[in-house]
Amino acid sequence: MGGSTLYDKVWAGHVVKRDDDGSCLLYVDRHLVQEVSSPQAFAGLIARGRRVRRPEAHLAVADHAVPTSGRDRPLPDGLAARQVARLEENAARFGIPYIPLRDARHGIVHVIGPERGFTLPGITLVCGDSHTCTHGAFGAIAFGIGSSECEMVLATQCLRQMPQRRMRVLLHGRPGPGVAVKDLVLALIARIGVGGAVGHAVEFAGAAVAAMSMDARMTLCNMTIEAGARIGMIAPDDTTFAYLEGRPMAPRGALWERALDHWRGLPSDPGAVFDREVSLDAGTLAPYVTWGTTPEEAAPVTAHIPDPAAEPDPDRRARMRRSLAYMDLRPGTALQDVAIDRVFIGSCTNGRLEDLRAAAAVVAGRHVDSRVQAMVVPGSAAVRAAAEAEGLDRVFRDAGFAWREAGCSMCVAMNDDRLAPGERCASTSNRNFEGRQGAGGRTHLMSPAMAAAASLTGHLTDVRELAR
Amino acid sequence: MSGWTRLEGLAAPLPANDIDTDVIFPARYLLLLEKQGLGRYLFHGHRFGRDGSPLADFVLNRPPYDRARFLVAGANFGCGSSREHAVWALADFGIGCVIARGFGEIFAANCARNGVLALRLEDDAHAHAMAAARAGETFAVDLAARTLACGDILVPFDIDTRVRRALMQGLDEIGFTEADDMTDIARFEDQRKDRLPWLFQDIVP
Ligand code: SF4
Repeated sequence: MGGSTLYDKVWAGHVVKRDDDGSCLLYVDRHLVQEVSSPQAFAGLIARGRRVRRPEAHLAVADHAVPTSGRDRPLPDGLAARQVARLEENAARFGIPYIPLRDARHGIVHVIGPERGFTLPGITLVCGDSHTCTHGAFGAIAFGIGSSECEMVLATQCLRQMPQRRMRVLLHGRPGPGVAVKDLVLALIARIGVGGAVGHAVEFAGAAVAAMSMDARMTLCNMTIEAGARIGMIAPDDTTFAYLEGRPMAPRGALWERALDHWRGLPSDPGAVFDREVSLDAGTLAPYVTWGTTPEEAAPVTAHIPDPAAEPDPDRRARMRRSLAYMDLRPGTALQDVAIDRVFIGSCTNGRLEDLRAAAAVVAGRHVDSRVQAMVVPGSAAVRAAAEAEGLDRVFRDAGFAWREAGCSMCVAMNDDRLAPGERCASTSNRNFEGRQGAGGRTHLMSPAMAAAASLTGHLTDVRELAR
Repeated sequence: MSGWTRLEGLAAPLPANDIDTDVIFPARYLLLLEKQGLGRYLFHGHRFGRDGSPLADFVLNRPPYDRARFLVAGANFGCGSSREHAVWALADFGIGCVIARGFGEIFAANCARNGVLALRLEDDAHAHAMAAARAGETFAVDLAARTLACGDILVPFDIDTRVRRALMQGLDEIGFTEADDMTDIARFEDQRKDRLPWLFQDIVP
């Protein structure tokens, strides 16, 4: 006899109605609202005179378009200022809690949701942003949606959804020194492909996951969308509960105990069946970097740039050629010989305290290469403050990094933080798509420690060598 | 939005895999607050040079494909970001149907809500559509019959009932839910409040 998966249990708890075709009207507990995907949703509500069903179930914050310096001044006039102002107006108009730019609670939606305890195990959480899968690290069904779906959630607190197939990714073993969760997930995507998990809700499990901190689990779930799955989840455990206890929006006292009881029943049953299983041994991996323009075009940093001529599949071969042309790279080049111009440490993937600690440990007492411009953009004001309390800002500044205010920044280049055409960046973000960090910019994805190592040498570097 | 049953026109071939939404609609135009008139930013980095002039070799700039109503792409079209702007831009340009070997899921969901058919074809059917697009054949899709005609070949396809209805009737999904489901939602919410009261506390972030 089988059993239920974590995904099945959370799903079943949210079905308002089920249709003959298998689609369900699914209740949405929480919705994060940001400035980029919400204006058209609110405009739709206003045009039809609709109200927001449960304003307190939403939390609004501007993170994508905001500048990461000069925050003590008003935003310069322009499209970004207009977009942030529109979010503020809409939040006020509909009574949705809003965290302003200069607030100690401000930050990237996917960083502050967990920090505030807005993200909880067993809930459904959505946001008009594909990296909403990050919140699955807490055992929530969390996924990105479009603006029209945001409008639907605001008006009805529900979405109509088909259940996903289930996929389990087992991560065995312990990563060696210098190997981070980012390396594991890049290795996974390199293996299964950017479309490898489409149609599935992924559960990450295994000894390596059980041993991970919440910061690491969030990095892992954050990247699920880069394998094509909208949902990545991890069963809540004592690590999860220890992280959440005492957070402002987490339950307290007797309610905390009741919640714990509920959450402890969520993990997949031992006999639960998955439609697909993949396993990866974390113990055998080297640090990974991407060389192309999709996250699956990744390789161990010790490798050479692959030769499209050796790729048997014609579509993949064409894709590789296109990527290498855009990246201005030649097959056979050692990855470590690739010189970089910029370093970006931050984003909802790797902008948390542990990420900054890992990068700071590498740069401490050393200096950024003279040809490199490097910046750290903490994922939230709280991360920034905690890092400063530990003196990490000093470490970065002394090494020659710019130390910025929280936001998405050069992950998406919607503010002034962007690559110039042709510039090459070692980045801890999640997407190396063409133009992602600025039109014509070239991105190499990697872990915070690896980005820090590249900043010191001016080229892609195996952080394990640097340590010696 | 009004629904449609038949769509006819030329199909632009875009034979690449993994075309992401950053390529379809670059992030710098996400600062706009409207969903109308976004067609001019569609594939911007590929359609226009740094000085803003159209690049002659990009398929949508090349007659007759500048009038295309269909797009035929490879696998995993629309992967990446959830930006609905990618679909708004396609629709505004005049594309009513994207044919691919697979789609990013959020992109596909966004298509259904904006009158754009994301049509998944595999193997021979896909190869045929790509060849027909390159040959400049006329495409016609019929949602009622669930067929795609590329030139003189007819390809039957499967489509989710709900998506088909949304495309054909141009439904306002919220209106529909408000009409049919609000009592159920309220009842569900009440039960949830009893069972999981911590999700209904009035607490400040
Ligand atoms: S940091 Fe990047 S990926 Fe994360 S929400 Fe912001 S733009 Fe999206």
